[in-house]
Amino acid sequence: MHDVRSAPARLLVADDNKVNRLLLTRSLELQGHTVASAMNGREALEMLRTGNYDLLLLDMEMPEMDGFQVLEALAGDHKLRGLPVIVTSSLEGIESVVRCIELGAEDYLPKPVNPVLLKARLGASLEKKRLRDQQQELVRRFATSEVAQDLQQSGFTLGGRRVEGTVMFSDIRGFTKLAETQPPEATIEMLNTYYTLMFDAITGHGGVVNQMVGDGLMAIFGAPLPLPDHPARAVEAAREMIDLMALFNEQQAAESKPVIEIGIGIASGTMVAGYTGTNQRATYTCVGDTVNLAARLESHTKVAQRSILIDSATRAVLGDRIAVEPLGAVAIKGKEAPVEIFAVAAGKAPR
Amino acid sequence: MAAAAIDVPTFRTLEEAAGAEFVGELVDTFLEEAPAMIGGLQAAMAGGDAEAFRRIAHSLKSNANTFGAQALGLLARELELAGLDRVLAQEADPLANLMAEYGRVAEALAALRHA
Repeated sequence: MHDVRSAPARLLVADDNKVNRLLLTRSLELQGHTVASAMNGREALEMLRTGNYDLLLLDMEMPEMDGFQVLEALAGDHKLRGLPVIVTSSLEGIESVVRCIELGAEDYLPKPVNPVLLKARLGASLEKKRLRDQQQELVRRFATSEVAQDLQQSGFTLGGRRVEGTVMFSDIRGFTKLAETQPPEATIEMLNTYYTLMFDAITGHGGVVNQMVGDGLMAIFGAPLPLPDHPARAVEAAREMIDLMALFNEQQAAESKPVIEIGIGIASGTMVAGYTGTNQRATYTCVGDTVNLAARLESHTKVAQRSILIDSATRAVLGDRIAVEPLGAVAIKGKEAPVEIFAVAAGKAPR
Repeated sequence: MAAAAIDVPTFRTLEEAAGAEFVGELVDTFLEEAPAMIGGLQAAMAGGDAEAFRRIAHSLKSNANTFGAQALGLLARELELAGLDRVLAQEADPLANLMAEYGRVAEALAALRHA
């Protein structure tokens, strides 16, 4: 089997001392890696910023810019933050080694560098980087690019911030019955098509789908990245979703397959956005009154016999751009006073 | 008899790991660089540049240890840890021992290199 630990990597050696630089480069080349070298910290940073490296082997004592300064600069550079660094130095005193690790160095190898130890530490660091890259790729695939970008820039912390946004809930009506009347494979295939269409409409208008539960989904407009005019964009997305479902249903009917009806609830306002869960498993989501209201409006679509229901805050932003039908004040679970709600006509939304 | 300037097993291990021919070239590089490093120490003493003094002593220590020049490594380490102020306070020439030891190391390395 291919051993990732011995896979060739692109390495950068930073050391001001020629003997050290040559020897380390040689040891690494003998292990099959491609090695470039820099004579001081400043040069190393320039090379890292313009080139493509898997790992940096860093001496601490260097003129112009020493190893500590390089570690600090790397930590502040969101592109280079993930680059593994192995410090190779003959530092005096454990405090210096601790400081390196605290500044983000992956490992410390005392000089003269023992080649066997070097190989083992290098392999472990590269393997860790490979796993981190893989993780990042997974985050990208499962968390939407906005959330992935937010994670990369601000790092992962459980905890929220207050944002202005619009929340959308969408659900298939009578899904349980649907699932009972057809084979499971057909249900999954239908769900996949449904999700593909809904994702397309939502992301096409700048929204982020952040939860999918069975046949329902939750989307956020305006977080984690700010989005101008988010209430109108959410409504446009909803209209497109209804249009797409109509097309989908025509096709289903033509094949004598069940049709899907969806209900959409939209509310705008302040919400708390952030990663919730535990450090092992967390999801980006929004919580608060606005979110609850959107969920209630979605379930109210069955009662109101309308496809899209919005709250007054969303309505206020729309102005005359989209025709709405006032449905008056309605008692909503969890709200003390009745809430003004509006229906948005489905029908061809301009793309 | 004084201890050998170079610990031969350390030197041979280096040759095994990096290749004898390469180590020969590395010795040449060290013999070229070391006089400039000693010159750098003298300049740092003259100019009162404590940071450069410590850094060069550190480099010299590291190189000496690489080749198994243990006594030279210890002398360089003493300079690194003492710092420029304490070195300058000494009555005797602070670099005399280091330079003498370097002479022995250079001879031993040149001999090993051609062995």
